[in-house]
Amino acid sequence: MASDGTGQVAGVDVGGTFTDLVRIDQQTGEVRLAKVASTLDNQAFGVLNALEAAGSDLAALDLIVHGTTTTTNAVLERKLSKTGLITTQGFRDVLELGRRTRPQPYGMKGSFRPIIPRNLRLEVPERMDASGQVLITLDVEAVREAARALLDAGCESVVVHFLHAYANPAHELACCAILREVWPNDHITLGHALLSESREFERGVTAAVNASVQPLLARYIRRLEDALAEGGYGSELLVMNGNGGMVSSRRVADEAAKTVMSGPASGVMAAAYTGRAAGIGELITYDMGGTSTDVALIRDAEPQVSNETEIEYAMPIHVPMVDVRTVGAGGGSIARVDAAGLLQVGPESAGSVPGPICYGRGGTQPTISDANLLLGRLDPARLAVEGGVSLEMVRDAFAVLGAPLGLDAGQAAEAVIRVANARMAGAIRMVSVSLGADPRDFALFAFGGAGPLHACALAKELGIPRVLVPPRPGITNAIGCVVADLRHDYVRTLGRALDTLDMTDLRAAFDEQAAEGEALISAERVRLAGIRRVHSVDMQFIGQTHLIRVPVPDPGLSREDLQAAFERVYFDRFRVELSEIRASVVNVNTSVIGERLPVDLSTLIDPAGRKGSVAEAKTGVRPVRFGDAVFETPVYRREWLPLDAVLNGPAVVEQMDTTVLLEPGDVARGDAQGNLLVEVGA
Amino acid sequence: MTLDPITLSVIQAGLQQVCDEMDLSFSRAAFSPVIAEANDRSDGIYAAEDGALIAQGAGGLPVFVGTMQYSTRVLTERIASGQTAPPEPGDVYIVNDPYLGGTHLMDVRFARPFYRNGELYCWLSNTGHWPDTGGAVPGGFSASATAVEQEGLRLPPVKLFKRGEMDREIYQIICSNIRVAEQRIGDVKAQAAALTVGEDRLNALMDRYGDATVTEAIAELRRRAAQQMRAFIAGIPEGRYDSTAWIDSDGVVDEPLAIRLAVTRKDDTLQFDFSGSSAPCLGPMNSVRATTLSSVYLAMRHIFPEVPISAGAFEPLTVTGIEGTFLDAQYPRPVSGCAAEVSQRIAEAVFAALVQALPDRVTAAPAGTSGNFALGGFDPERGRGYVMYQLSGGGYGGNADHDGLSNGCSTIGISKAPPVEIMEQAFPVLYHHYRIHEGSGGAGKHRGGFGLDYMVELRRGEARASFVMDHGRFGPQGALGGEDGAPNAVTVWRGGSPHVPEHLSKEQDIPLMAGDRVHVKTPGGGGYGNPAERDPELVQEDIFLGYYRSDKPEI
Repeated sequence: MASDGTGQVAGVDVGGTFTDLVRIDQQTGEVRLAKVASTLDNQAFGVLNALEAAGSDLAALDLIVHGTTTTTNAVLERKLSKTGLITTQGFRDVLELGRRTRPQPYGMKGSFRPIIPRNLRLEVPERMDASGQVLITLDVEAVREAARALLDAGCESVVVHFLHAYANPAHELACCAILREVWPNDHITLGHALLSESREFERGVTAAVNASVQPLLARYIRRLEDALAEGGYGSELLVMNGNGGMVSSRRVADEAAKTVMSGPASGVMAAAYTGRAAGIGELITYDMGGTSTDVALIRDAEPQVSNETEIEYAMPIHVPMVDVRTVGAGGGSIARVDAAGLLQVGPESAGSVPGPICYGRGGTQPTISDANLLLGRLDPARLAVEGGVSLEMVRDAFAVLGAPLGLDAGQAAEAVIRVANARMAGAIRMVSVSLGADPRDFALFAFGGAGPLHACALAKELGIPRVLVPPRPGITNAIGCVVADLRHDYVRTLGRALDTLDMTDLRAAFDEQAAEGEALISAERVRLAGIRRVHSVDMQFIGQTHLIRVPVPDPGLSREDLQAAFERVYFDRFRVELSEIRASVVNVNTSVIGERLPVDLSTLIDPAGRKGSVAEAKTGVRPVRFGDAVFETPVYRREWLPLDAVLNGPAVVEQMDTTVLLEPGDVARGDAQGNLLVEVGA
Repeated sequence: MTLDPITLSVIQAGLQQVCDEMDLSFSRAAFSPVIAEANDRSDGIYAAEDGALIAQGAGGLPVFVGTMQYSTRVLTERIASGQTAPPEPGDVYIVNDPYLGGTHLMDVRFARPFYRNGELYCWLSNTGHWPDTGGAVPGGFSASATAVEQEGLRLPPVKLFKRGEMDREIYQIICSNIRVAEQRIGDVKAQAAALTVGEDRLNALMDRYGDATVTEAIAELRRRAAQQMRAFIAGIPEGRYDSTAWIDSDGVVDEPLAIRLAVTRKDDTLQFDFSGSSAPCLGPMNSVRATTLSSVYLAMRHIFPEVPISAGAFEPLTVTGIEGTFLDAQYPRPVSGCAAEVSQRIAEAVFAALVQALPDRVTAAPAGTSGNFALGGFDPERGRGYVMYQLSGGGYGGNADHDGLSNGCSTIGISKAPPVEIMEQAFPVLYHHYRIHEGSGGAGKHRGGFGLDYMVELRRGEARASFVMDHGRFGPQGALGGEDGAPNAVTVWRGGSPHVPEHLSKEQDIPLMAGDRVHVKTPGGGGYGNPAERDPELVQEDIFLGYYRSDKPEI
């Protein structure tokens, strides 16, 4: 059966705690949502549970798009397949030595565990020089011996990583041919295949990550496909990549490393899509969860993609990923008073176990979530169902926290929110500044369980004039699956001075990249609205090491146009003009995007459930503290608000998946897509 | 106090933010890889009257933590005494004189006055390591210099920018005295623009919270940092803790130099007394006062990273007894080794003294050398000269929690080493191996981390090799019964025969021909605690993984 994406489409995203689903019937506009517990040992159960909870008829489903944390969790928790490395003689320790760093600028402690242990890193005689000339031919017998040794040691996958393979992959390819004869499965990763760039540590780690998660992902996807088929599903399964695009389940395990960090990426894709529909192209996404906050930048409705992500200390994965930065502050961040008598919030977190005091799982230290509860921002009535904890216990914890500061419990809770917001604002500012943007030119897109609770205050702190709260902030990642496009990214190193570059070469490089991506996308069984190419170059002044990305809307542009575009981008970023120094084009980049048919998100909140007036959507009033004053604050049910609602802060808007807080002075307006657009008060 | 604690926290974060943005802007726009990649730079805010440190970027080079406030103080003193022209809006002073609150000549400081309502409010300043400032050898690290003039061009504080305009005449004098001058314009503009970024951000912060509030907060934050440091110091058992740390030699006279330190905790202060340390030396292993103080501060910050960088944090610390020693060298003593090597040995002395008092916090000695190997030559294939630097890490010390990190960055730095592939692209060299320095981690309950072991061959042409390293004679110290890490080892293979530098870790201009090789093994970290207490399973694992040879058991 051909899936054409015009019938029922389901997006299923597996997160650390919940598996979220959104199913949209494109013909009728009917939307079903589901939130079930994640099953982390085999995420397929959770996926099926979510489909079932939404009452899905698998046979009637037209397309399933899936975001999985299988590979992300495997890397972060080091629960990896046993993987061996075959590498150039003399260089097996590259993966362990790294780049001569330490985890923190200050403090001489900290440790690092290489992704492949030393006994499984074997060397064979071979050597290329930097220009790709063979200095020592590959010792074929040594390869066979190494393969046997790794198999004997129980390795399931293998990496071949030779020095300078980006310049000449002949030895890696020859080694691969030998391995194919003896290795019992397809889990062979070549160092140059995912990333054909110099820098042996980064390329090696990227390949090692790929090999270490490949068997896990392949097994998981097979299981899921089988289970779906058993349930009657006959269409395409697409899987999210970290670049915010999707690939066919048949191909996804080949480049398994590309699925790492795909969860945050799909949230950003949803934000870009929502923003585009609302006519807001410049967004800072703000996804606040329990232990951390993810921030990303969207410009001209396009998420920024980076090829140089380091997902933790000394763990670079250099494949294209949506540039999501993580800030160590979430609902579970713990507040304390330090030795200088200053209030600090985080980076220590209560996590989900024991979690904040208000979770009732044994947490005793005051957190951001507890502060929100005590201040009335979260509904204290919910405590009853969480079990075993009273508001008094929360109040006591803040009284203890506030005592050395001369603050009562309420003042202390208010202080915790202010300090947390200031820290998050600083971090968001650094993220945007490091990407060359002034936050005041953006709208803040608030999502995640806690994002809409803090967004308006944060926006005020940052000078951001507007906050966009989508209809379903708590399931944004699943929505990202429904709206994401097919996508392939290409990077080629050119390394040529602009004044000697033959512009027809540049044009040819763009065209080649585009042709390759279009061939792949055309082969998928998904109907598309069209195929789009996005070109850019990475440039620098000759002698620099950092690069700056210059968008190239017209691949046939002239040398003068490119020089001018570069100088403009550079000046905007650094306020430096450098006519004295020549420019150089380092990388040529093309993304080929297979645009899916548009998905209507206005029915994410059931139109039939909306009331005729704001007054009818009001469920009550409760005291909420803002600054030093307590306001009797109206509480609304989001699902009941009319599309064109106008709300004046202070107000609390509660919905199934999150709580939205408007501060005094804020004004929120509903739009036709079901978003709330908040004009932040002074 | 009238300021509420929350506004105080918010302004603390805001000041930090101003500095972090200056750091970021400087690095990303810089040309010199030493700044752009190795982050060998720092940006901060300093008091108008005496240069006292108000805030400094979190990602700045640790050794600059203390030096920049001295540099700024000297500037204010010289302006007050009329030796230096008074500031006007838009001016930027340039200075690299080591004896005026500096490190070595390559660390060039810029200072920009910051005005509010027409009054000088504070100084914005940054330091960047320039790849060359002239002198006998490219890059400035001469192992055998005997006077500062041989190390490069020395600049007193002068205005490089006057009311926003660069003084092209001063700039031309600088460019005529340094190598690869054509790229410096990019670094100069990046370094100055970072201070402009800081000015904008600080103005925004003060507009938002009001000048009076920010002024009050700055004073209060300084007081709080001192209070926090005092609280930590009060947790140290009262008493005196002694240590000695050794420098192999000064590069000219082959005799070790001693850093003798007695740390005394009394009430809530710590006194660092360096009396009895070696006299000023002939070669470049002298330190200047600012660098010596800064080294003590950075060591303390490694021990108590929780205390924010502020002049207040240094108030409870006093340093005595450096007068007349090589830790307070005067003009014209050569000083190129002070920031990279001597500073790390001072930090080692602090660690070795305080690990006795704070065994849970302080580690055994880390490798403590920057492993500076420079190769200068002519590449006949490309028809041009080159200077290659290989800076290397080493093992960190074992500690109460775990074994030491392998191939960690120098104590005073935060930079990454360049990949082998990049080195082979850029220079006519071939690495034969790049591996763990096996057996180098000092034995202990928690062993030291491992150093690096590399061998590199000159492929074509002729070249000269120079080494400014240390810990070749003595390995990094073990602590609390742990053994020392393995020392640094350099062997130069010329015409197939080995040559070991007379000073082990230092020698200048060793001639090499195509096919000759340099073999370097960097130090491992010191071990922590009695090796007999090491978990036998970990001992087995270390042997299984080949970290140690089984015929030479480490227990």
